[in-house]
Amino acid sequence: MWKKRTGLTIGFWIIASLITLFPIYWMFLISAKSRAELFGVPSMWMTSFYSENYVRVLGDPLFRKFMMNSIVIATANSLLVTTLAFLATYALSRYKLVGKENIFFWTITNRMAPPAVFLLPLFLLYTQVFALGEWRMFDTRIGLILLYCVFNLPFAIWTLRSIIDGIPIELDDAAAMDGASTFQILTRVIFPLAKPGLAVTVILTWVFAWNEFLFAATLTSIEARTITTVLSEYVTATGTNWGLMAATSMLTLIPALIVLGVAQRHIVSGLTFGAVKE
Amino acid sequence: MRSATVGWLLLAPTLVILFVFGVLPFVYVMFISFTQWNSFAADPTMRYIGVENFRRLVFDPQFLKSLWVTVQFAVFAVTSQLVLGYLLAQVFMRDFPGKGLFRTIHTLPLVIAPIAVGATWRLMITPGLGPVPYVLRNWFGFDLNIGRYADQAFYATVVMDIWHWTPLVTLTMLAALSSLPKEPFEQAQIDGANRWQIFWHVTLPLLKPAILATLFIRMMDALRTVDEVWMLTGGGPGAATRYVGLYIWRVVFPKTDYGYGAAMSVIVLYLTIVLCWLLYSGLVARRDLRRPD
Repeated sequence: MWKKRTGLTIGFWIIASLITLFPIYWMFLISAKSRAELFGVPSMWMTSFYSENYVRVLGDPLFRKFMMNSIVIATANSLLVTTLAFLATYALSRYKLVGKENIFFWTITNRMAPPAVFLLPLFLLYTQVFALGEWRMFDTRIGLILLYCVFNLPFAIWTLRSIIDGIPIELDDAAAMDGASTFQILTRVIFPLAKPGLAVTVILTWVFAWNEFLFAATLTSIEARTITTVLSEYVTATGTNWGLMAATSMLTLIPALIVLGVAQRHIVSGLTFGAVKE
Repeated sequence: MRSATVGWLLLAPTLVILFVFGVLPFVYVMFISFTQWNSFAADPTMRYIGVENFRRLVFDPQFLKSLWVTVQFAVFAVTSQLVLGYLLAQVFMRDFPGKGLFRTIHTLPLVIAPIAVGATWRLMITPGLGPVPYVLRNWFGFDLNIGRYADQAFYATVVMDIWHWTPLVTLTMLAALSSLPKEPFEQAQIDGANRWQIFWHVTLPLLKPAILATLFIRMMDALRTVDEVWMLTGGGPGAATRYVGLYIWRVVFPKTDYGYGAAMSVIVLYLTIVLCWLLYSGLVARRDLRRPD
């Protein structure tokens, strides 16, 4: 009886996993097909690997520039967010600040707000108000790096909160008795203990920044465009370049796959704001 | 002693960034919403017109329709995800070989860029290219063409969202189920309860906090979906899948109707806050009040 049930569970497991994986497998198939092979009877198997799509995408200097933008923006944003959230969470955890619970709650509302609502004001601010002489924040990497803080900071604060709260305050006091400054307490006492949590925060905020599309598409034109915006541009009125689109999608997936390997256990509790812990 | 000044200094950079990029745009959009400002209009300069934009909005059938399809989309998608996710979690509760691998595979859709999810599904269901229309036509004689049929496009976005987010529900339910205490179930079995009674009177109440938290988070995310749908259907055919985020984009950019777009943004944000507050206080927060018993 027990054995039969295990078999059934594994059967379910395989079906559910196939449903999850198939669309991605299909995208991979398309990315390795030439234009001529695309249409007709769909084939589930790979007969030959047509590398031209990848060669064309990766060989395009413009695409390489956008990919570089994505990497720079995501890296700078995740490091900035994690640093600021580390300081902010420490302040919320250790200091008696007026209205700190409200501040804490307010941060999450920034994550819940629909991004589309902010498109117009940010577009106008970036093109007209946030300017210094000739320089506009529109179409700059720094513009996106700072903007992505709006949704990544709340996430980072919520993730780090339980970690920093979990570090006994006595450790701070002992260090302070020995004459350590706040800065020294943060770097020598709290930082080493919070390191694993900080690493997870860096990794997940990196992915969120890498995945972002709507703001990148509307607040950049050519200099600071990212890899996700490239994807939407393959669909044009005159037709879609399916092979290139699939190849680009596969390339945007790579970081996701790496993250899956490194921080898998933390993704779900991260996405649910710690409401569910694995 | 810890001085509050140091605390505020540590908090300051975070508050400044959230203020400049979160609050300031909000105030600015409120300001614009009371003006007429359209680059394509006869008078392209900004001009104060009071609540005229809002009056127009309330009777704008296109805006109301986009709100309505957004709500429909969110309700269909999230309900299916909760039911499916719960059932899957129940199946995977017992230990079986390969559980770790299962979990890894099911976390995958959660970290893929939404725009790439849209691209994936476009490749899957474009007639002539994807396997789904091919199988449906040749095996069932069903004509799937999301570029032509409005209801098919709508359900395609729902199915895509289910594929994308059911794993989140499965994994949260799995985590919640694993952490349930054993005693109430044993007690119920001793009392001779059947499976349905156990589910209804024991499992469900114990799971309630996790279910409500998941429902809350999924609902808020489903209502602001843009990227995937943008890629899959572009809001079409017609306005069938023009969810509210896509509609705002359309009014703001191709039409450059800034004043009207601003008013729409304000209303959508207002509705979101009200809904967020209702869901949060009605669903999530109440569990804390009930905890003592």
